[in-house]
Amino acid sequence: MPQLVVTTREGEEKTIEAGSGLNAMEAIRDAGIDELLALCGGCCSCATCHVYVDPAFADRLPAMSEDENDLLDSSEHRQATSRLSCQIVLTEDVEGLRLTIAPED
Amino acid sequence: MTDYDVLIVGGGHGGAQAAIALRQEKFEGSIAIVGDEPELPYERPPLSKEYLSGDKTFDRILIRPEKFWEEREISMLLGQRVTAVDPAAHRVTLADGTSIGYGKLIWAAGGDPRRLTCDGHDLAGVHSVRTRAHVDQMMRELDGVEQVVVIGGGYIGLEAAAVLRKFGKQVTLLEALDRVLARVAGEPLSRFYEAEHRAHGVDVRLGAAVNALEGDGGKVIGVRMADGSVLPAQMVIVGIGIIPSVAPLLEAGAKGANGVEVDALCRTSLPDVYAIGDCALHANRYAAGAEIRLESVQNANDQAKVVARSIMGTDADYDAVPWFWSNQYDLRLQTVGLSSGFDQTVLRGDPATRSFSLIYLREGRVIALDCVNAVKDYVQGKALVVDGARIDPARLADASVPLKELVAA
Repeated sequence: MPQLVVTTREGEEKTIEAGSGLNAMEAIRDAGIDELLALCGGCCSCATCHVYVDPAFADRLPAMSEDENDLLDSSEHRQATSRLSCQIVLTEDVEGLRLTIAPED
Repeated sequence: MTDYDVLIVGGGHGGAQAAIALRQEKFEGSIAIVGDEPELPYERPPLSKEYLSGDKTFDRILIRPEKFWEEREISMLLGQRVTAVDPAAHRVTLADGTSIGYGKLIWAAGGDPRRLTCDGHDLAGVHSVRTRAHVDQMMRELDGVEQVVVIGGGYIGLEAAAVLRKFGKQVTLLEALDRVLARVAGEPLSRFYEAEHRAHGVDVRLGAAVNALEGDGGKVIGVRMADGSVLPAQMVIVGIGIIPSVAPLLEAGAKGANGVEVDALCRTSLPDVYAIGDCALHANRYAAGAEIRLESVQNANDQAKVVARSIMGTDADYDAVPWFWSNQYDLRLQTVGLSSGFDQTVLRGDPATRSFSLIYLREGRVIALDCVNAVKDYVQGKALVVDGARIDPARLADASVPLKELVAA
């Protein structure tokens, strides 16, 4: 099971275990970190599971779809490392992935 | 039974989010959620999409895992229905006669699916799509089903039809009015979805009047139409809206009829009783101030946050922009704003490309967009809705110019 290192909005760093086959949004939610609204449940229809990804992992993540890119544009807090966490499927390739939860819009 | 500082009636999106938001706002009192379903709060939209199709297991649509509720000390009183409210005594009564006291009551009971009233409406094989139990029962029966009739051409009916076609079922969709999505969208969108469903093999019948459901041995075998013809069906899915679950509140004297009336802080006319979500009748800025009920995750969630702040004394009026989504086949519809009351529509892009938006105006101002496979328009159109922007329809229609470049004239 891949491990994730998540930095919360309050700056606290937490290492969490992700269940297999889940995406990062689900892993963060299931670990009890209560900062992502993830209102659409992970179907890439909103932008309420916004995270920043450690650049070291950028090229190991699935490519960003045009929809995800457009949705991220709705956030005032978009940065070069922004992703929607529901679109990051957790595989062994991203073991140790480091994410920071973006501010709420 | 124990009394609670905050008692939440309803374990759907609104009820769950109210509890979550109270804890996020550092509310330290006791909280309980009374839910009439046996399950922990789960997301309802996937019931007619990813859950029905088998793409997501139930665990994945839980709003929070079980340990979350324990850790946050949010008591779950599940499988229980509130039957009466005594606002003077600040108590509710459950169906089993138990009484629970509350400091504040948050009514987030949603609605029950509207059922057919014709003969045969209660036959086995006739389903609503509102709860996990409904969908699990459907899934158990599907193997023996070849022909399905879906009654109702709203989002639920259309989404269910799309999944059932994916399963290879013969699907007939009956809509009483002369177009699908008639209550929620403009005609160009209705015609687009009608054509898409037909292209995917759904037999869409408009202006269809059902006379009765026919059964054999207590199980549905067909739908008899007003013209006497019978459509064979081993399963019937009824998606004709909900009836807000507010009877105990209205009997207790709360103002309302089709829903319970709330003010901008989601307060009902009863002291210390709030209402949120599908059942809350509220004046909505995006409906030109009209009193409406809004059946959406967005509304349930944002009203829940309004109530949490009100209870914490950091009041902020409900003023959120409505948004909504519906996935059917490979079509991703996203809506921002409310189109009710529009007097003009502008088509932006060509539906034949399966990527376009329908923009709604009222008195020259943009009030809503329905965006099909057009996320850019959805994202950029939100500002036009918030501002009530006045923009020349010809410019709105020009899909070569991004909406964000259109500033109000």
